[in-house]
Amino acid sequence: MVEETPWQQALRYANRANPYPFYEELRKTPVARQPDGTYVVSTYREIVALLHDPRVSSDPRKCPAPATVQAEGSAEPIREVLSEPNIITCDPPEHDRDRRMMMPHFVGPPPSPHLISDLEPEIRRIVDGLLDDMKGKNRVDAVDDFAYPLPVTVICKVLGVPLEDEPRFHQWIETALDALDFGPEATSEEIRSRQAGGRQAVRDFGQFAVELLDRYARQPGPGMLSALVNEDGPEGRMSKGVLASNALLLIFAGHETTVNLIAHSVLTLLRHPDALEKLRRRPELIVPGVEELLRFESSVQFWHTRSAVEDIDIAGTTIPKGAPIFLAYGSANRDPERFTDPDALDLERRDNQHLGFSQGIHFCFGAPLARLEVQVAVGSFVRRVQNPRLVEDPPPYRHNQIFRGPRHVLVDIDGIRD
Amino acid sequence: MTLRATVAELVREFRASGRIVIVGASLAGLRAAETLREEGFTGSLTIIGDEPYEPYDRPPLSKQVLKGWVPADHTKLPRMREVDADWRLGVAAAGLERVTKQVRLADGEQVPYDRLLIATGTRARQWPNPVEAALDGVHTIRSRDDAAQLQKALAESPSRVLVIGAGFIGSEVASVCRELDVPVTVVERGSAPLVGALGGVIGEIAAQMQRDHGVDLRCGLDVSSLEGDAAGHVRRAELSDGSTVDADVVVASLGSIRNVEWLEGSGLAAGFWGVGCDAGGRAFDINGVVTDSIYVAGDVARAPHVLYEYQFLAMEHWDNAVFGAEVAAHNMVNLEPHYRPHLLLPGFWSGQFGINIKSVGVPPFGEEIVFTQGSVAERRFAAAYGYRGRIVAAVTFDHGKWLEYYAKLIEQSGPFPPPPPGWDQPSDTKPMPAEFPDPRVPTAIPDVVLTGHAPSERTAEFRPRRH
Amino acid sequence: MRIVVDLNRCQGYAQCVYLAHEVFRLNGQEALTYEPNPDDARRLQVERAAAACPVQAIVIDRLDGAERGETS
Repeated sequence: MVEETPWQQALRYANRANPYPFYEELRKTPVARQPDGTYVVSTYREIVALLHDPRVSSDPRKCPAPATVQAEGSAEPIREVLSEPNIITCDPPEHDRDRRMMMPHFVGPPPSPHLISDLEPEIRRIVDGLLDDMKGKNRVDAVDDFAYPLPVTVICKVLGVPLEDEPRFHQWIETALDALDFGPEATSEEIRSRQAGGRQAVRDFGQFAVELLDRYARQPGPGMLSALVNEDGPEGRMSKGVLASNALLLIFAGHETTVNLIAHSVLTLLRHPDALEKLRRRPELIVPGVEELLRFESSVQFWHTRSAVEDIDIAGTTIPKGAPIFLAYGSANRDPERFTDPDALDLERRDNQHLGFSQGIHFCFGAPLARLEVQVAVGSFVRRVQNPRLVEDPPPYRHNQIFRGPRHVLVDIDGIRD
Repeated sequence: MTLRATVAELVREFRASGRIVIVGASLAGLRAAETLREEGFTGSLTIIGDEPYEPYDRPPLSKQVLKGWVPADHTKLPRMREVDADWRLGVAAAGLERVTKQVRLADGEQVPYDRLLIATGTRARQWPNPVEAALDGVHTIRSRDDAAQLQKALAESPSRVLVIGAGFIGSEVASVCRELDVPVTVVERGSAPLVGALGGVIGEIAAQMQRDHGVDLRCGLDVSSLEGDAAGHVRRAELSDGSTVDADVVVASLGSIRNVEWLEGSGLAAGFWGVGCDAGGRAFDINGVVTDSIYVAGDVARAPHVLYEYQFLAMEHWDNAVFGAEVAAHNMVNLEPHYRPHLLLPGFWSGQFGINIKSVGVPPFGEEIVFTQGSVAERRFAAAYGYRGRIVAAVTFDHGKWLEYYAKLIEQSGPFPPPPPGWDQPSDTKPMPAEFPDPRVPTAIPDVVLTGHAPSERTAEFRPRRH
Repeated sequence: MRIVVDLNRCQGYAQCVYLAHEVFRLNGQEALTYEPNPDDARRLQVERAAAACPVQAIVIDRLDGAERGETS
């Protein structure tokens, strides 16, 4: 059997809880060609360079799928099912225009985009409600009881997605994510058996988005999706297909990554009692602290839709025209060339220019909302939960490699402060 | 004691109790002072500034201050650390005596130094006719006070503002006028706005942008005279084509003059383009010999730049002040081999007419320009400047996220035209002449300029050959 | 309080505008302007904005009312 590359090892489910030793090995070759022809970039400097390189496309339609994917017909149900691009999977000028159209409906119109800051009291109410519900319990799940309910409630409100539909799209997302695998296990019986279900889940989710948009087209309602479908700004309106694709992205990315970040933040702080204690004593450290948590356990470990549209010379390698490029943010954020003592958690880290939200034109659309949610949630958890102890370390992880996060984080507690 | 130990002892001694004087209390002077303390200098530090204010930031003056959003006195610079300095504000330096190592102040006082940093920057070039320049309503903009006065004038809804000179500052003033819905005429001697800094091709785009926003732009013309009313307030300007413009506010935006007059007779290589220094900030004397105790930073410095054929580069840029000051300060309290070079890839920005214009490199070094990304019609694009087949600069309009790609290419002397992007290619991707005017043409002076090897400033005393 | 934004670094991500719109403003799509000496009451907002800047271009005063010079 051929020895697996560090990247392939990092992607194995058994290593989900701690891919970092493999990333360290991976960074010895900053731009590493994989057996399937994909180029994995794992160092900070090279990733930043490629994020600002106009010879890199984010549109998977411009790139032939990696050889293994073609051979096995496996890895990417989403790419096959969604024919229209969203803002993560298209290039300028379409990308720039669509993002320009979407942004004011999310943050508020210029010159005073206030919608995100306006959400703070509601976010606090939700967080306090979740913590109040823990009163009387000795053991809680920081994922199901805390990390998940907040972002999903907030994103439904922001977008105008009925909260009662949450069980349905939650199931579609889980099913689709469990079928998505970029590692050596992609060809396993288990993953292949999930493929058809994954594709169907994306189709159902897409259908759901289309129906929701149709409903808002007939009868405008609250939230961003209704505003977009009825947009009459100077740049016109997005096509229904593009809008549906973006709606899917916003619903999914609008909470999934935040759930993982809150869960990882709780987990990480419980693993670092000194940091937890410091944060309890100096609550204002939550602001730089969340940046450090974004660096330390990045919610998007890598991104997979980019490719080279020209030969690109970088770090002593040439990425040939047409080759898929994976940018491994999770590794770059632990790159010792960029971050002093990168495996240490330092809530007061200076010069913390992490790639937790990427950089360049595809910088995370939802970043301001995610930051606010995590600052409030983690800040309140630290302040109100008495004597939290991790029950299981490492906790069980979800299958997905890109959106890496624990499935449960069981915590024993002594009580909830008011 | 060995020689090496003696030298090390001297450095320690100087850091502990030496005397450093910084002339210039703006961005460069402040950052230099902070760096000196950061480097462990505990001796006496004197900071001399001609304005009565503690260091403030100038870029907001022609933008948010003029617009009336931010008061002029809300521009005080944040501090990186305490500097524990003797601040001599409101009194200009008037002379330098290198033999006795003293700075003479305008009030006659002598301030002794062991090491000196020259960071006197530039001042606004005034309207050349002093009688006309003294009319009420005639403004320049460089200082906090200038900005406060002009802001007040703009807030009083003048019937028309006349801006003379369409460099960055003049264009920003015109932009603010339009945002305030004040009628504005811009008269530019060159063929287009920004032509000195970015060339005629980009200048033409800037011209269209101004006209689209309702600016009455007149290029290729001079203002011949300004006329006042009986009360001494400016009312009208006559242009070189014989036409007139009625205006009750005139902004002379004619570029800047380097503050070097106080160095006359000092024997330093000071002149029109500033004070010559090496890439470590050490000043040259008029013979081209580097001095050991005098350093230069900020707008007033000109130093050879490795990327531009070692020509002397003068940069009136914000980050040149910051990084140049940090390097000079470091070198002031260190010795070889611990000197650092100030090798900054020039960069600037200008916000005007709702567009963010950014640039890296030295555009006037380029002979050709090529549009590389985006749409000129929508004023969202990137363009690269080339010289003999290599890329030397780039400019973006609302495309700042791509600029560091070009910066890397410039640092590596990458090919021109650069490799094409994979998408969003402009309609015309052929290189064309960049159309820069001769940099010696007045008012076309860009704010980053290659000053050559300065043959015109040959004031050195040539050594007679002995037989 | 006092701040300065290194607009050479700034790439117009506008995160500061979304988190502290009284202090930071966009002029068009990318040109950032801001209040360099905002009221102290805005400190939390400004610190959030500075932490959120993807290129760490916002510099906040590290002195709090300490020695700064003689006048004004």
